[in-house]
Amino acid sequence: MYKIVKREEMAEGTVVLNEIEAPSIAKKAKPGQFVILKANEEGERIPLTMADTDPEKGTITIIYMVVGKSTALFKTLKVGEGYQDVIGPLGQATHLDKVGTVVCVGGGTGVAVLYPITRGLKKMGNHVISIIGARTKSLLILEDKMKEASDEFYVCTDDGSYGHKGFVTEVLKNILDKTKVALAVGIGPVPMMKFVSKITKDYDVKTIVSLNPIMIDGTGMCGGCRVSVGGKTKFACVEGPEFDGHAVDYDELMKRLQAYREEEENCRLKFEASKKAA
Amino acid sequence: MSEKTTQKEKSSRQSMPEQKAEVRKRNFEEVPLGYSKEAAMAEAKRCLQCKKPSCIEGCPVGVDIPGFINLIGEGKFAESIKKIWEKNSLPAICGRVCPQEIQCEGKCIVGKKAEPVAIGNLERFAADFERLYGKGEIPSKMKSTGKKIAVVGSGPSGLTVAGDLILKGHDVTVLEAFHKTGGVLVYGIPEFRLPKSIVASEVATLEKLGVKINCNTVVGKSVTVDELFQEGYDAVYVGVGAGLPYFMNIPGENLIGVLSANEYLTRANLMKAYLFPNVDTPIPMGKNVAVLGAGNVAMDSARTAMRLGAEHVSIVYRRSRQEMPARSAEIHHAEEEGIEFKLLTNPTKFIGNDKGRVIGMECIKMELGEPDASGRRKPVPLKGSEFIVDCDLVVVAVGAGANPLLTRSTEGLSLNKGGYIIADLENGKTTKKGVWAGGDIVTGQATVILAMGAGRKAADSIHKYLNWGW
Ligand SMILES: Cc1cc2nc3c(=O)[nH]c(=O)nc-3n(C[C@H](O)[C@H](O)[C@H](O)COP(=O)(O)OP(=O)(O)OC[C@H]3O[C@@H](n4cnc5c(N)ncnc54)[C@H](O)[C@@H]3O)c2cc1C
Ligand code: SF4
Ligand code: FES
Repeated sequence: MYKIVKREEMAEGTVVLNEIEAPSIAKKAKPGQFVILKANEEGERIPLTMADTDPEKGTITIIYMVVGKSTALFKTLKVGEGYQDVIGPLGQATHLDKVGTVVCVGGGTGVAVLYPITRGLKKMGNHVISIIGARTKSLLILEDKMKEASDEFYVCTDDGSYGHKGFVTEVLKNILDKTKVALAVGIGPVPMMKFVSKITKDYDVKTIVSLNPIMIDGTGMCGGCRVSVGGKTKFACVEGPEFDGHAVDYDELMKRLQAYREEEENCRLKFEASKKAA
Repeated sequence: MSEKTTQKEKSSRQSMPEQKAEVRKRNFEEVPLGYSKEAAMAEAKRCLQCKKPSCIEGCPVGVDIPGFINLIGEGKFAESIKKIWEKNSLPAICGRVCPQEIQCEGKCIVGKKAEPVAIGNLERFAADFERLYGKGEIPSKMKSTGKKIAVVGSGPSGLTVAGDLILKGHDVTVLEAFHKTGGVLVYGIPEFRLPKSIVASEVATLEKLGVKINCNTVVGKSVTVDELFQEGYDAVYVGVGAGLPYFMNIPGENLIGVLSANEYLTRANLMKAYLFPNVDTPIPMGKNVAVLGAGNVAMDSARTAMRLGAEHVSIVYRRSRQEMPARSAEIHHAEEEGIEFKLLTNPTKFIGNDKGRVIGMECIKMELGEPDASGRRKPVPLKGSEFIVDCDLVVVAVGAGANPLLTRSTEGLSLNKGGYIIADLENGKTTKKGVWAGGDIVTGQATVILAMGAGRKAADSIHKYLNWGW
């Protein structure tokens, strides 16, 4: 068992942080890489990009949004309990380099994935501008950490309850108008990444996005994670999860993410009902 | 020919009791039910006990076939299984999945005039009898050598290496990427053909013998081969299989509802998605399913789809019946279960709806031309013969290649053009000192028994190396 040593709820309990004992993964993991977790014998294999690692303590941190049955089940796990299986680190690490000024754009739980990359880029000596967003103030996560890892920091909320009222893309556009940016990193819901990439393309700024297709093995043996990048099929688990934001077919990805929507919804409802009954 | 022989040849092969096609096509229980003692002994008596048995030549690991069959005939079942174990440590599995018709049974003399002796069924009988009624004796181990071996991959080849080396007194650890051991035996081959409890019992025996099993370990990612040596391993065996799924590379392949057989079967078998929603992994429920390819993988996919409740399932294959690579028993079972064979047919593109789901495919008729490199007649498209096949689920089972995850991260390991590891077929040695390889990652997708055979040879070679050097 991979034990949970710390657990935190964020964003009104819609997002959960777990710090998990996994010493060999913690030792090897680099920003941008992911793990696959399975809660119990009947559980599903769920890929999550690591939000942090502590090689000395031998722990990794994941932050996930509760969306379906599997994440609802994850949410029930308490400190001292744990996951039956954790596999990783998987995927390619972010290529961290000193390039000058970088913009890191994060939305929703994507901010969790963005955080270690932002910190890494800052450590390399880049001038880091960050923009994070959420629907409303209470759903924002990792604000302090992101602020600390950035030289300039912006917050947006769709409803204007905090920071700039509107989308991250609007702030991004303003920055690109004023500043010469060498690299953009956009991580969040697929539509957000799509629009971030659209804007940076207009300004000809190289852009990295981190994709989250459905996965099973995470080692390149099923092809369930395939995405189209520059007209070519790629297995996101081994060649990604990060890709050139300007080349990704986002519409296809959005559709593929819906493949099991009905099944997942039924499974989640059944789980909620059984939790209530118990 | 003696009178005795003629009489034996007349007696027909004991038929294998099976679940009826109408019933089994909707459940996941094993199809053949196994011989009774009486049937096994009667079948064993059909063996002519040839002086120069050609069946043994047909077996890739050289099981003493007349030897073990004779013991079954005499009712000495415990002795019989020991005879098989001398050469084959996974007989319950091989008896079920070996392509006997081109191996042992294909060479059987009785088969010249009548049906060959049912060697596979008898092998299965001996192994099942031991598992169910045997004393569960475990073989004795040699004195501990203090040498450490890492076996990467827990498919049949890795398990064989682990079993052989633990008996020779070495300290063996199996590293497996998945959360469960068994390789293709658990993620690929379905329950109705190979019950998972059999694989689990083989692995449990290894654990009883002292083999350590580390699941969730992706070598090349979690740890590299070179790091294994730094951690103190003296030798590494690589048996990672050929797990990279091939696709057709035609338009529309990324539509929802087009899956690789690896994905489809992994969901069904490893993740037990046929029990959804009692387990959490879903699987697409096609009503009208097309499976591309005609090997064992394709048959397994088609029969799985039928069991998941499909109304219609077809095998779509670009060559003709003669060229179908699946075991004959699987083709026969698939037909009995009502699976349609669309032969000399090749898809040219997939057709989707506005939600990105597959609703059909365009196919073209093929005809057989000149023999190609594989010796089979090459299928050529018939111009203008395109037609549409309706389907809501497509399973692509057109072969698999070498996964580069481990090989790319290991310096000094020479690969061939296809990315497979170059290893000496006699002893499994690779071009990197201290590293052996065998099974599908060397040969390309082959068979369980060949993977086992390669494991056995490598285990002998590793043992020699640990005693006397490279
Ligand atoms: C659906 C299907 C049906 C088949 N039917 C038959 C049949 O009826 N008869 C027959 O003889 N053969 C059959 N075969 C072929 C047969 O199963 C294979 O030839 C055989 O399993 C190969 O054994 P192996 O040990 O080389 O590899 P595998 O069985 O593929 O095992 C390899 C193992 O290594 C693990 N692995 C991979 N990469 C790594 C890594 N980097 N680190 C750690 N672990 C790793 C994998 O997860 C897997 O568990 C079938 C194959 C399939 C897919
Ligand atoms: S291992 Fe396979 S080939 Fe050898 S005797 Fe058994 S069934 Fe025949
Ligand atoms: S998750 Fe299976 S190939 Fe990527």
